[in-house]
Amino acid sequence: MSAKNLTEVTYRIRRFDPDGDTAPHWEEYSIPYSAGMTVLDGLWKVKEMRAPDLAWRSSCRMGVCGSCGMLVNGKARLACNTQVTELGGDTVVVAPLPNFDIVRDLVPELAPMFDSHRALMPHVIREDVQEQEHPTGEFWQSAHELEQYLQFSYCIKCGCCMAACPTFATDALYSGPMPLGQAHRYNSDTRDGGFSARKRVLAGEAGPWRCHFAGECSRVCPKGVDPAKAIQLMKRELVLDYLRLHKQHRPATVAKKATETKRREGIPEPPAPTV
Amino acid sequence: MMRDQKLWTWHLAAGVVILFLLGLHMTVMHLNVTVPLKGLNPAGGHPIDWQNVIARGKIGAFALTYVVLLGAALFHGLYGLRNILFELNPASWLKRTVSIVLLLCGLALFSFGTWAAIAGFSLAKAM
Repeated sequence: MSAKNLTEVTYRIRRFDPDGDTAPHWEEYSIPYSAGMTVLDGLWKVKEMRAPDLAWRSSCRMGVCGSCGMLVNGKARLACNTQVTELGGDTVVVAPLPNFDIVRDLVPELAPMFDSHRALMPHVIREDVQEQEHPTGEFWQSAHELEQYLQFSYCIKCGCCMAACPTFATDALYSGPMPLGQAHRYNSDTRDGGFSARKRVLAGEAGPWRCHFAGECSRVCPKGVDPAKAIQLMKRELVLDYLRLHKQHRPATVAKKATETKRREGIPEPPAPTV
Repeated sequence: MMRDQKLWTWHLAAGVVILFLLGLHMTVMHLNVTVPLKGLNPAGGHPIDWQNVIARGKIGAFALTYVVLLGAALFHGLYGLRNILFELNPASWLKRTVSIVLLLCGLALFSFGTWAAIAGFSLAKAM
């Protein structure tokens, strides 16, 4: 149905109240369609007009915070980033993200995902704590080095990849695409020196070994991140590490300040500041 | 625990060994006309002719490739099977049992196959 003819949308929502229900059940709500309506806008309308007790998570409404990940018409997506018209029909089927316990209605229990994430130390690890606490400058990094991890840093931890992963669905020990992708993001950051620390987790059952490259995580990612690629690259790094062929880099040093460097010949001086 | 990193690396290495030795097997047994290897099919004709089989059996290095291929194929296949079984999300005691059973099966098959290869080599040498 084209957006022009659409006047009413039916939301089919999987609901669950832990205080009253023993199992989730489906409920349908009809709401008026308005131009430019996202799935999240529709949920607000359902809450306003039909089901005031409907629960979900959302915050920014612009695909940045990653709170409103849910299963929309069978695919894990951000509700705020999905137009009702792009679903191609007048029915929107909404369920909580699979592979997680349900707190209530469309609210998944994401704590296990963040526990795995935390276990893989998703932050820059360096020995020069003094420099990190009281920085004297920026750590030097080339544009090429930035490219190695840039796309993985776009992850917003919405959990869509975890919901789509067939391995995470069955293997409770597998960390899942988001934590593994983020571990790779920091392992490939030249400012970081934490590969050995993360390896203690990655080399075991929580590591990337159970991934059989279904690629669903990359297909559903609303930010265009490719966690499946990160996992394959991580496998390669860990295999090379076992064979003692992995090149351990020294964490990038502090870059010289612009005033400390010598200007190359032939490059004109910048114009004087105007204010 | 570095166990999975180690097992995965050996899994890949076994795959490479299989690729090479199966290539050799295909060359000797099925591509004998296109790629004739005189030392391995000295009597000419079909690679499974009696004279050719006995001639290959007398080569110690060829018997060794049987053992290596057997070891690589068993490790690669049984580790793959273990991974598939683990995807059924068994309890940890069952995982341990599966690992032990597969290990014992692998060792038993490897011992039997190695004995067969050595016996074949000894018999061929005696002829």
